[in-house]
Amino acid sequence: MSETPKDPLGPGTPDNGDQGQGTTTQGAVPAGKNDAARNGAGRDRDLTSWLPTVVDSIAAVVLALLVGALLIMFSTPRVVESLSYFFSYPWDFFKFSGEAVWDGYRALISGSIGSGTAWTRTLERAAPLICAGLGVSLAFRAGMFNIGAQGQILLGALVGGFIGFHYDLPPGIHLLAALLGALVAGAAWGAIAGILKARTGAHEVITTIMLNYVGRFTMLYFLGKEALQRPDSDNLLSPPVDDSAAFPTIAGVHVGVLLAVVAALFVWWLLERSTLGFEMRAVGANPDAARTAGMSVARVYVSAMALAGMLAGLAATMTVLGRQDSLTDQVAGTVGFDAITVALLGRTTPLGTVLAGLLFGALSAGGLSMQGAAGVPPELTQVLQALIVLFVAAPALVRGIFRLRGQGRKADVMATGW
Amino acid sequence: MTTTTTGPAPASPGPGAPEAPVRDRADVRRQVRLVITFGLVLASLVVFALLVDDPAFTYLLGEKRTAEFVPKDGNATYISWGAVVIAAIALVLAALDRFPRGWKGALLGILVGLAFYAGFLMWAYTDQAEGGIQVFIANPIPGTIRIATPLVLGALAGCLCERAGVINIAIEAQFLSGAFFASVFSSIAYSSLVFIPVALCAVFGLLGGVLAGVLIAAMLGWFALRYRVNQVVLGVVLVAFATGLTSFLLGQIPSDHKETLNDPQVLEKIEIPVLADIPVVGDALFNQTLLVYLMYASVALVTFLLFQTRWGLRVRAVGEHPKAADTVGIQVNRVRWQAVLLGGVFAGLGGAYYTVGSTGAFDREVSAGTGFIALAAVIMGRWHPVGATFAAVFFGFMWNLQNQLSFVQPVPGELLGAAPYLATIIAVAGFVGRVRPPAADGEPYVKE
Repeated sequence: MSETPKDPLGPGTPDNGDQGQGTTTQGAVPAGKNDAARNGAGRDRDLTSWLPTVVDSIAAVVLALLVGALLIMFSTPRVVESLSYFFSYPWDFFKFSGEAVWDGYRALISGSIGSGTAWTRTLERAAPLICAGLGVSLAFRAGMFNIGAQGQILLGALVGGFIGFHYDLPPGIHLLAALLGALVAGAAWGAIAGILKARTGAHEVITTIMLNYVGRFTMLYFLGKEALQRPDSDNLLSPPVDDSAAFPTIAGVHVGVLLAVVAALFVWWLLERSTLGFEMRAVGANPDAARTAGMSVARVYVSAMALAGMLAGLAATMTVLGRQDSLTDQVAGTVGFDAITVALLGRTTPLGTVLAGLLFGALSAGGLSMQGAAGVPPELTQVLQALIVLFVAAPALVRGIFRLRGQGRKADVMATGW
Repeated sequence: MTTTTTGPAPASPGPGAPEAPVRDRADVRRQVRLVITFGLVLASLVVFALLVDDPAFTYLLGEKRTAEFVPKDGNATYISWGAVVIAAIALVLAALDRFPRGWKGALLGILVGLAFYAGFLMWAYTDQAEGGIQVFIANPIPGTIRIATPLVLGALAGCLCERAGVINIAIEAQFLSGAFFASVFSSIAYSSLVFIPVALCAVFGLLGGVLAGVLIAAMLGWFALRYRVNQVVLGVVLVAFATGLTSFLLGQIPSDHKETLNDPQVLEKIEIPVLADIPVVGDALFNQTLLVYLMYASVALVTFLLFQTRWGLRVRAVGEHPKAADTVGIQVNRVRWQAVLLGGVFAGLGGAYYTVGSTGAFDREVSAGTGFIALAAVIMGRWHPVGATFAAVFFGFMWNLQNQLSFVQPVPGELLGAAPYLATIIAVAGFVGRVRPPAADGEPYVKE
């Protein structure tokens, strides 16, 4: 679809297979091994370039789990007590710590992927993270740091939820209307930051942070209205959406989860196969070059932020229309901020974001059962998530610790600077 | 601002046809923006002035009613219409394209802002319902300074890091860990370390905050400079890490150990003898805690370090063009390390505000996202410590205004709550505009 003559990314070589990674292959590529891989057949090259990434990622998760094990040990009172007589009877310490860590991680796994309900919970938690993470990724690829997913989710939830419980519409249409409302509201909220950046140059980091707060107060304002108040409650709480506006469920999982996958496919198509996506990547790589090539940078900024907001709005429907949560000012939870981590862990690619979202969903679902079954504090999940991203982002460190041989991939650099 | 060419064009084609002066497009746009802004200000001020029925209001030169500060009565008519006059003068100047530039323009702009503030206050505080609680206009400066203190310190940390070319999104992480360890250190000093006098326990807490801030800064430096991790990723991750870890550690403090680990001594107010006697501002600025004085000193120190010393020149050099700096023999990563660690000191102090500097015990996410607002202040202040300080103080002022106005009737609460953030958006979009970060901000330097 995209014509290559105005191609500011590459030097115009016929080898366009690498274009998708265009922004990440900066820096000196070590000669030799990598060159050999480059000359090999397409499939081969894919394997050799993916393998180190997979190994690094697994090693990073293992390392994070090891640090997590330490934290579990020291949050277990029995283990800490056994430290006081460690030198006279060390076995207790090892036995108790082993038990604590084993119980904790067994609960983590069984609570996230161990049973049907566990899978349901994981998927339902992953879906909003994936959608909002895709939004953050998309903005990143266009060279913008979208911290505003939180506010965009709130606005999407507000409009989608309001349509969902206030109007009486026939089943299919009601769902569509609520979904559309959430998407449009999220897109509008996201577009504000894009328009401000395009028109006045206001930095999107500032405006999206501020819009998060404004979104929260907007939510509070409307929650105070009579029309949004749940009749039997004194708290600022809305009724849940009608069943006619809720996502239908298939095998215990609501259809919204499928929408998240569709959204990922859409973002992939948009970024890799459409003209607009090409322009986004070009602007993200170098706005000046893109402008020189005749692209409208302003248009790209606005459309990228609107699409990012739309995806955040889709994330809002996962909770409001999927789980049928009531609207409160806490309806977004921390999804908007976790989405940033998910997007960055996924290297701002659609596939990566989906995988990272699944991992975070699993950790979050498993963290709950860790708390319930093994008494591990719930904050541990958050620490684990942070550590995983940290180690994935620093392959040199992980390779050093595990003494893994080989060059590994370069620490890739996306969207450096502001 | 771009230069303008007002006056006759230098090379007019014919003697009989004087050409209209050529004006820069940016200059025209500036004029349009000023006219629109002042027009809106004037219109709302006139509305505010007309809406006042009973011009009586009470004001207070201090923040709270004490023996020293008693409410006094004032008349709103003169103030309201005086504000209208100021806005009208500014509007006329802008319409005639005679609005001054440079510092004079900035001064006039601030004057118009103050006029708007005064007119708005007159409208908000007059005509209060009879029999309600007595409301008076309190001095906004003490609250502003209090709220701005951590923001300024965090913004200074951001400036130092980013001037050296290391993006610091982790200010929030430094705040959180600083707050937590300040509380822990102060509590331990009070309950366990007998040799530390009670008066110094809170100061010992500050030390804990600094250590924690430097620790996060060290993580930032280690991953960013040693392992060249993408610094945006790193900052976001460190915030998540610190949020999780401080909550985790807080949960680990057993309830029977609360007083030994999380019940800190709070910093006392110190009155500076002569300066505190200055009317209106003296008590507000110079009857504050040690942390606030440290904040004043830090602003001066960072500005001096960055712009008057050899080290500061090096910091700015490695942030703008590390290769050039390396060529003349500056060790790029060493200078960056120094800047990042020094930034950690200030951010840790800022974090300490949330426990030993104000309320005491640490609570989950006690800084409530203010680290990100400090980050916004860095960008709004164009990576200059003084600019960032003004941005932070502006934010503190708006926040304090919101707190004060929450007792007054006419403004809806949610709009009031959103006001500081809306004002920041308007300020950034309308007046700050496009900013230029240090050229090498966020780019790891690899020696070839």
